[in-house]
Amino acid sequence: MPTFNLLYTVLIIGGVVGVVLGTVAYLILAERKVAAWVQDRLGPNRVGPWGLLQPIVDGGKMFLKEDVIPAHVDRIFFLLAPMVAFGTAMLSIAVVPVGSTVPVPQPTLTATVEGEPTPLQQYEASQQAYADSYTFAIAPGLDIGILYVFAIGSLAVYGVVLAGWSANNKYSLLGSLRSSAQIISYEIPLGMSILGVVMLAGSLNPEQIIHQQINGTWNVFLMPLAFLLFLVSVFAECNRLPFDLPEAEQELVGGYHTEYSSLKLGMLLLAEYAHMITTSFLMSILFFGGWHLPGVTVVGDVSMLGVVLKIVVLAAKMFAFIGLFLLVRWTIPRFRFDQLMTLAWKVMIPLALLNLVGVLVILQFHLPYWTMTVMNVTLFVLAGFWGVVTGGNVTAPKRKVVKLPPGLPAGVV
Amino acid sequence: MPIAEKDVTWVSSPKLGLLGQLYLPAIMDGLSTTVGHIFQKKVTEQYPEQEPKLPPNYRGVHRLNRDHEGRTKCVACYMCATACPAHCIDIVAAPAPAEWKDREKYPETFVIDELRCIYCGMCEEACPVDAIELTTLYDLTGLSREQMIFDKEKLLSVFDVTTKAGTDPVRTKAGALGPASEPPV
Repeated sequence: MPTFNLLYTVLIIGGVVGVVLGTVAYLILAERKVAAWVQDRLGPNRVGPWGLLQPIVDGGKMFLKEDVIPAHVDRIFFLLAPMVAFGTAMLSIAVVPVGSTVPVPQPTLTATVEGEPTPLQQYEASQQAYADSYTFAIAPGLDIGILYVFAIGSLAVYGVVLAGWSANNKYSLLGSLRSSAQIISYEIPLGMSILGVVMLAGSLNPEQIIHQQINGTWNVFLMPLAFLLFLVSVFAECNRLPFDLPEAEQELVGGYHTEYSSLKLGMLLLAEYAHMITTSFLMSILFFGGWHLPGVTVVGDVSMLGVVLKIVVLAAKMFAFIGLFLLVRWTIPRFRFDQLMTLAWKVMIPLALLNLVGVLVILQFHLPYWTMTVMNVTLFVLAGFWGVVTGGNVTAPKRKVVKLPPGLPAGVV
Repeated sequence: MPIAEKDVTWVSSPKLGLLGQLYLPAIMDGLSTTVGHIFQKKVTEQYPEQEPKLPPNYRGVHRLNRDHEGRTKCVACYMCATACPAHCIDIVAAPAPAEWKDREKYPETFVIDELRCIYCGMCEEACPVDAIELTTLYDLTGLSREQMIFDKEKLLSVFDVTTKAGTDPVRTKAGALGPASEPPV
């Protein structure tokens, strides 16, 4: 692990948190702009040129609004919920390397050669080189990096649950109930889909995963199905359309944040967008090679230009995913709750499991890596065929339908 | 009569094929539509800077038309006041001056309460001499209720302004009053 330097760590915390919060503020503007463009409108353009100062005005509005705590809420949890949501969203960014990375040196098996440094000395030298390198993660070299992100990510649901429960409001409660069921369901394919990536790299350290991809190929080419499962799960984890049931305005007023106002509402919204940024970083790092772009970034380039280029490449990948988030919102309508659960439990979890088994077999028998791509595509197409063979449709579902006696409303048997 | 079971035709949605069950082609199709809209021409009208282009039959603020001599065309026949469903037109008629050969009466006062008016255009329809018209002036504002009560001078000035600006050319033949006012041959 690189030597801990308080000043450097404080600087990088300040930098990362500042950039994330600034990006979140502008994401809200981007969301409104993209929404407007998709609907053939112009979007906010009154504050500053092209509306670029809009986030500042929005933030000021959030600060200055009256902060109402209704009399019927459970005060402790009501106040705790935004902090939990915001805190977990910020914490999970700690291990994400936002720029160039150096892999953790691994011990190697080499015989001692006369006149050369002993393996121990070589190892210590490589460790020293690693310790001297600059990293762009708040907590670099964390061996459980990905696990940490997922653990903190699962904690994020507590913010939603606490907010919904403490508000003492049926809409908030319904929203948080849906959210907890949804997030717990989608945690499973989310975690399982990246197990193949982790096995391939042999490490949970994001820096190690990036370097495994630089030496080989980007994981998205090896495991397109795993990437697809991860992407869909991330949409569900972030409560983005088509999985935004926890805050379906048409059904639940505002969802779990119905009773919140002022800065507490701002924090809940901020947490959601921060979550989007974190997961977009994760997708870039786990499946798209992090800062790696052949022909643009060079491994081991520590010049100013090289480091900046790496940050730019990673940021570009991250913003591409953010753009996808924003566009899909206006493309796919919201899922029904049973469809949401069916997708997670009957489609994505079995597919993730099969993918995991396939990767295991390929790694165990040292098959060439391209078989992984073939395996993934085959699984995907087979799942489609399975759907064609077994699936019904909306008016003729395959599941058992109880014909009600005439006169009774649906749901009464 | 209740609907019998045999009269009901059940229509079922078509089953999804392989491409449909894979979902991705459909999502890509949707995304291309979404992205296509981003680059389409925007429909937003940036109002204060960009004024709307209104059709000439837009029903905005009223005006009293002038004839070729600059007199009001109105002959104080009360048709508009009678037709008005909101009762916002108040006319006081007076005998026309002796040198006005083409009419017997003229309006001494002609007051429209723009706040009561519902801008239906019935006055325009009713007028036999095309003396009252609705213009395309739509951004009518005032600081008090009294300001929104337009008298004859104000309504004539609306005519002057709108014809000068060219937004609302006179829609009737200039000069002669309408057929209703012409003396029988």
